[in-house]
Amino acid sequence: GFFVWPLRSPGTRHSPCQVLHLCQAASNRVITFQYFNFLKRMYVTQYNKDLSQRAKPKSDPLVSPLHELQQLDQERKVIHKIGPIPAVHQAWPETSRRNELREGKSAAETEGSGTAARAEAKEDRQWKEMKLHLEELPGILARLSKIKLTALVVSTASAGFAMAPVPFHLPCFLLASLGTGLASCAANSINQFFEVPFDSNMNRTKNRPLVRGQLSPLLAVCFAASCGIPGIALLTLGVNPLTGALGAFNIFLYTCCYTPLKRMSIANTWVGAVVGAIPPVMGWTAATGTLDAGALLLGGILYSWQFPHFNALSWGLREDYSRGGYCMMSVTHPGLCRRVALRHCLALIGLSTVAPVLDITTWTFPIISLPINLYISYLGFRFYRDADRSSSRKLFFCSLWHLPMLLLVMFTCKKSVLEKEDKGDLLGESHGRAMEIRLP
Amino acid sequence: PPAHSHNDWIGPPDKHSNLRPVIFYVSPEESPLERRLREARQEAQACNQSFWARHNRAFHQEKEEFIYSRLKAKGLEMRDETGQKVTLNAEEMADFYKDFLRKNFRKHMQYNRDWYKRNFTITFLMGQVALARALRWLRWKKKNVEH
Repeated sequence: GFFVWPLRSPGTRHSPCQVLHLCQAASNRVITFQYFNFLKRMYVTQYNKDLSQRAKPKSDPLVSPLHELQQLDQERKVIHKIGPIPAVHQAWPETSRRNELREGKSAAETEGSGTAARAEAKEDRQWKEMKLHLEELPGILARLSKIKLTALVVSTASAGFAMAPVPFHLPCFLLASLGTGLASCAANSINQFFEVPFDSNMNRTKNRPLVRGQLSPLLAVCFAASCGIPGIALLTLGVNPLTGALGAFNIFLYTCCYTPLKRMSIANTWVGAVVGAIPPVMGWTAATGTLDAGALLLGGILYSWQFPHFNALSWGLREDYSRGGYCMMSVTHPGLCRRVALRHCLALIGLSTVAPVLDITTWTFPIISLPINLYISYLGFRFYRDADRSSSRKLFFCSLWHLPMLLLVMFTCKKSVLEKEDKGDLLGESHGRAMEIRLP
Repeated sequence: PPAHSHNDWIGPPDKHSNLRPVIFYVSPEESPLERRLREARQEAQACNQSFWARHNRAFHQEKEEFIYSRLKAKGLEMRDETGQKVTLNAEEMADFYKDFLRKNFRKHMQYNRDWYKRNFTITFLMGQVALARALRWLRWKKKNVEH
């Protein structure tokens, strides 16, 4: 392949009357350097596909041409023959025309091996400078913090807040959501920071920012710190210490327990389920300030949901997990994987039934949610029985809409605060009043 | 990478290791700290490259052998009538994946420890270098302001 580098050399850098010709090696290696005062300096070189690290040649204009020649020699570049070069001893004015001729010849020769050059040129275009482009930064940081996952986490936390049996307090809600979002960004960034070589090897994750070199690890850590510290501080000071502690604990659990455990034992899935269960608990504690049964129930629902969701997803990634060295149930204990997924689908039905018992929702909730819970359980059963790619995909995609829908139904069936207080009053009156002040 | 660039350059993923090679820029005024950082990064890159290239090659080789042995047991050929390579479905491959993961567990543990150590060291050095550069820039600024 060829590398054609036009380099503009400012006129003042080189002595104008310098035309260097080169010794002709026996092995047909001809190196030609042409210094032009006004024309561009062109190198036509052929690179080895040698990607080992070597010091870059310094483009120091004060380096003598001969020294540069020696450097190139040392770097084992095979230089393509540009054309027959007669012994050049002429003065400057005469050679300029010949140089143009030479350029033409080299162009023709370049055309000849066009396809090889194009392939190599295409590969060369894939080399990117490792410089931070500020205009790309928002996109890069969004991908670093897994913004979509963060949005899901924040929405589960909001659901927890909304389900808490206290009057709705908007500022608190916003602070809790913001704090949770920042904590999630921090945790995700650290996760990506830890997993660069593994992410490179898996199809699902090979386009992440750190893998592609779009930002440095240092920047990723700084971003994580600048999200995590304000986020936890916001939760601790702006909401309440319990929520802040839960947030900090969750970050720790995700980055220092789940991420390393992924490569050590299948227990990582259970730890990961706890990580997913904590945000709604945080939302609840943000609203009420206490960790009561309702919070744990909501956490339990999210905990159980993680299993059909993740186990189904991991079923299709077994090859990548195996090669990447990840210890996942789907690879090591496939039977357990499917059993656990089914078990937790059924647990969701159970948990939905417990909700009215704890006075979180009315009894309409288990009834309305029964169809979707039964459907996901059915898909879980199909996955358990068939254990194939199509059933796993169906279960996974179902889990994606099942959760939002379940939370929505739960919210609409929420037992109003006042309803509980006015249990002694006439039913109709209290019901009417409760309906008025119900949350929109 | 072009000769005038002062940055590192990162390339397309390697065929064997799936890691992207980096060509590091050596500044003419490189401080000892910066040199340590660059060397640490180069060493990490070399280690990662050799580990993953070897590991992936072993994976593909063992996978081929597994497919071959399974097909042989079933009495089939490697290629069917149309000349396409015969593949086993995911369920049959599952045994291979489980086995491969188990066999390489210790290797992965060792690599994990190694990688985490290197990653922390490199990032810490990056932090030190950034701090040193910032201090240098501040001192230069102060000097300019004074004059």
